[in-house]
Amino acid sequence: MDIPLTIKDTQAGLLKKQFSVVDLVDAYFARIKKYNKEINAFLTLCEDKAYETAKKADKQIADFGQKAFNDFPLLGVIVGHKDLFLTKGIRTTASSKVLEDYVPAYSGTVVERLEKAGAVVIGKLNCDAWAHGASGENSDFGPCKNPWNHNFVPGGSSSGSAASIAANFCLISTGTDTGGSIRQPANFCGVYGLKPTYGTVSRYGIIAMASSLDCPGHFARSVDDIERVLKVTKGKDGFDSTLVDYELTPPKPKLRIGVPKEYFIKGIDPEVEANVLKAAEVFKKKGIELVDISLPHTKYGISVYYIIQPAEVSSNLGRYDGVRFGLKREAFSPEAKRRIMLGTYVLSSGYYDAYYLKAMKVRSRVIEDFDKAFEKVDAIIAPVSPTKAFRFNEKAQDPLKMYLADVFTVSANLAGLPGLSIPFGLGKDNLPLGFQLIGSRFSEKTLFELARAFEEATNYQPRVAI
Amino acid sequence: MKKISTEEIKHIVKLSELNLSSEEVEKYKSQLSAVVDFVSQLSEVDTKDVEPTSQTTGLINVLRPGNDIKASLGKEEILSGKDDTYNDYFKVKGVLEKKEE
Repeated sequence: MDIPLTIKDTQAGLLKKQFSVVDLVDAYFARIKKYNKEINAFLTLCEDKAYETAKKADKQIADFGQKAFNDFPLLGVIVGHKDLFLTKGIRTTASSKVLEDYVPAYSGTVVERLEKAGAVVIGKLNCDAWAHGASGENSDFGPCKNPWNHNFVPGGSSSGSAASIAANFCLISTGTDTGGSIRQPANFCGVYGLKPTYGTVSRYGIIAMASSLDCPGHFARSVDDIERVLKVTKGKDGFDSTLVDYELTPPKPKLRIGVPKEYFIKGIDPEVEANVLKAAEVFKKKGIELVDISLPHTKYGISVYYIIQPAEVSSNLGRYDGVRFGLKREAFSPEAKRRIMLGTYVLSSGYYDAYYLKAMKVRSRVIEDFDKAFEKVDAIIAPVSPTKAFRFNEKAQDPLKMYLADVFTVSANLAGLPGLSIPFGLGKDNLPLGFQLIGSRFSEKTLFELARAFEEATNYQPRVAI
Repeated sequence: MKKISTEEIKHIVKLSELNLSSEEVEKYKSQLSAVVDFVSQLSEVDTKDVEPTSQTTGLINVLRPGNDIKASLGKEEILSGKDDTYNDYFKVKGVLEKKEE
């Protein structure tokens, strides 16, 4: 069967009885069995549970028709979870040997909410171990490949989440974005990826990386799907105390987009830069004003991030002692060890003020830049990464080089801002191009409306790599 | 360039509860020195009178209502992560050593 590429088309087909949810699960598993050995997006499949849920969904549709979709907005939506999301009874590894055999006793909020909304979980997705990486190469279970071109990385850390959407292994997938881990792989794989405002989606039941930066979000093939999923996952849950309830309020009628000069610098791939500027022109033709802005502390973002993030990592990974679950600390792979040590160093007596405290202060400066910019504009357009997907091993031997790949994404995390990665065509080597829109806090709806206008203007059609 | 000494790395390894070979210590020493050297660029930013940020959405002291108590996981679920438990307890390595007579 031809698998529909959006939630709307999937649910329309189900309602018209063109196929059942069980048919969909069959079709996705057939594709996964054919291609996953090469792409390595899924680490674990949960076939029994998927078919059990699918049968229930089919019964709902048979009994209640349209009403079933009103009650369960994601009914029949096939989802894969980044292996950082705890799934009760289904192995959850964080792509690390430390948790190779860990089976959680409970599910996280996002997992539960998606299931309650009718989604069908089919498996767990590869990522950089503990979400440490920008290429997917740091997985202890082998790297995931970019479905558009297998010689290139899919990006990271949510490598399998992005690849599974590009490879048509599932309809939507979840991810986490601590310094770009949703937006960058979405960009490298030519799919949509949303990093919501900090405090929008619960972190409860997700293996923690850096708690002041971690944002759960998701991947899909259209802005409509991105919005549908956010409506289900967002909001307070009584577990994550950083959550804020807010409405997705429509933007004002006349919108302005800022073009920050610090994001168009020497060293950026000319093809990437030209594509982002072309996208900006599309908005301009739609009557949206482009405004030159400046975010002067952009160049310090990486340094702030690589102090604060490892500091929080060293604390969060302190709990893995092998006593209550998982293996002992020897089982950590090199990147986790590096970040634990780096974080311990910047927090240690004698260095705290010079590194950690200093970074928290420069973080305030980065935030001030954005706050000032958002007095003038409603969103910011920028490249997601200085390059398209890069080749395997190109940066793997040099940690600092890999860290610098995050230069355009970390600032949104430092400031707690929402960011939406939008695909826009293919470039050389058959690799996807695209850009990100960054909004002010709690302005997701503005980003969605802009993305919708962009889809209309470019006559966007969802597509997959294979 | 900012250099982290072997002694400092060994201290960090101990604080981190990691067990590293001397080969690993040397490898991480040069890698971490490179990163620390890079992030030292922050010293050029003027942060006089700037407050540090650790929370971005302005929340302060979020409290749970006292009557909003949910059931927690049961004993079996809590212990389900380990096969080798003892009398419903997790086993840990001995803290005290037996004194040789």
